[in-house]
Amino acid sequence: MEPVEDWATDYDIFDPAYCADPGPIWADLRQRCPIAHSDRWGGSYLPTRYDDVGEMARLVPALSSQEFIVVPPVPLVDPDTGQVLRDRPYAPPISSDPPFHTAARRLLLPAFSPQAVAGHEPYTRELAHRLVDAFAGRGRCDGAVEFAQQIPPKVIAHLMGLDENRGEDFIEWVRGVLEFGATDPELRVATGLKMFAFWREEIDKRRFQPTGDFISWLLAQDLDGEPVTDEHAMSTCNLLLIAGIDTTWSSIGSALWHLASHPADRRRLVAEPELLPTAVEELLRVYSPVTMGRLAIEDVTVDGVTIPAGSRVLMNFPAANRDPAQFPDPDTVVIDRAQNRHVAFGIGIHRCAGSNLARMEMQVALSVFLERIPEFELDGDAAVTWCGGQVRGPRRLPLRFAAAS
Amino acid sequence: MRVRVDPEKCQGHNRCYSLAPELFDVDDLGYASAKGDGVVPTDLEGKAKLAAANCPEYAVIVDDEG
Repeated sequence: MEPVEDWATDYDIFDPAYCADPGPIWADLRQRCPIAHSDRWGGSYLPTRYDDVGEMARLVPALSSQEFIVVPPVPLVDPDTGQVLRDRPYAPPISSDPPFHTAARRLLLPAFSPQAVAGHEPYTRELAHRLVDAFAGRGRCDGAVEFAQQIPPKVIAHLMGLDENRGEDFIEWVRGVLEFGATDPELRVATGLKMFAFWREEIDKRRFQPTGDFISWLLAQDLDGEPVTDEHAMSTCNLLLIAGIDTTWSSIGSALWHLASHPADRRRLVAEPELLPTAVEELLRVYSPVTMGRLAIEDVTVDGVTIPAGSRVLMNFPAANRDPAQFPDPDTVVIDRAQNRHVAFGIGIHRCAGSNLARMEMQVALSVFLERIPEFELDGDAAVTWCGGQVRGPRRLPLRFAAAS
Repeated sequence: MRVRVDPEKCQGHNRCYSLAPELFDVDDLGYASAKGDGVVPTDLEGKAKLAAANCPEYAVIVDDEG
């Protein structure tokens, strides 16, 4: 790709500089072109102000969720039969507009309520300890690969009733769809087909013999007065697996990167663990991982900019969370920041359905890591790699610390 | 002081409940409401204001009167 010369008219959300440190780019855009446009990757609009992102999130269904990824969709075609399985990603409720959205969302929410999520905390804590056990004696680890990346796939597998030993497959699939797949449509389709086959098998098994797990429960529910179809269950399970993995793994990784490179914040959290819930919200604000897509199905005007029907809009929650009009000193992590209306989980009707689960995983992951390894630092800043686009977070995070005896 | 949650605005972020579980309940879907009659004991007024100041949907409302 050609290098970006003007971010206001030609931004590239996959540019390595944007993935590594987008803050200065957003600060520049917010001043001179708060809703930017680029023709790259199929073309899109990119808001950077908190108020604009909030207003866009409420333009339902004018800014529709029928296309919710940050690049143009590709059809999923069965290579054997030529049958079009999906003309674009279908993952209710994230891909739905009201009124269907309301029913598809209500179906899922009980499994992700604060009360339900609390039931998965002991498993998550035991898992985090198990992961630290594997590297504590070595004095070095990759905080992204060996810790952050390992927690969400196993927790979501545990929640849904899938085999947690398939964790590495789940990681490969999520990266094939969201990370590497974002800029590689062939990989996205090939991975989508693997996942389609996986869900067909998991659902067939439970139709034949329900097991009492989440998927069996889902299959026994009603949706809008009709029994949940295989089609709906597959699509919703696919969403939970994808959305439950890359996002939280990125948040845990970014938090570890921050604590490794900001020793004063790390030591304060070790000394005052009661600050952890507030610190987690602040780390979510500054290192918000997720940008969602919308499709304008009619012309809309926001902050003086008219976005024509047919345009893709990138819901830039990460930039909204760095807007100085909403957050004083926005680029600084203030781990006891008292007022924090961050929108890391989105805002409006599409608020992340798994936000309580993500928050629990972050709190448990960080509290176990800090308890077991209170002093750690980056093992070579240059070795850290970041990915971005739909989800931003560290993918390599070498850390060093005193080896446990 | 009283708190209430506007059910039209609440999207279940759960920020109020996690900051001030003494003052808020969440239902099975995760949507919040004020506990009991919403009257805030004097020693929890700070927490009530904090819950309001952290709601991304501006759904938590603090009434200073009464």
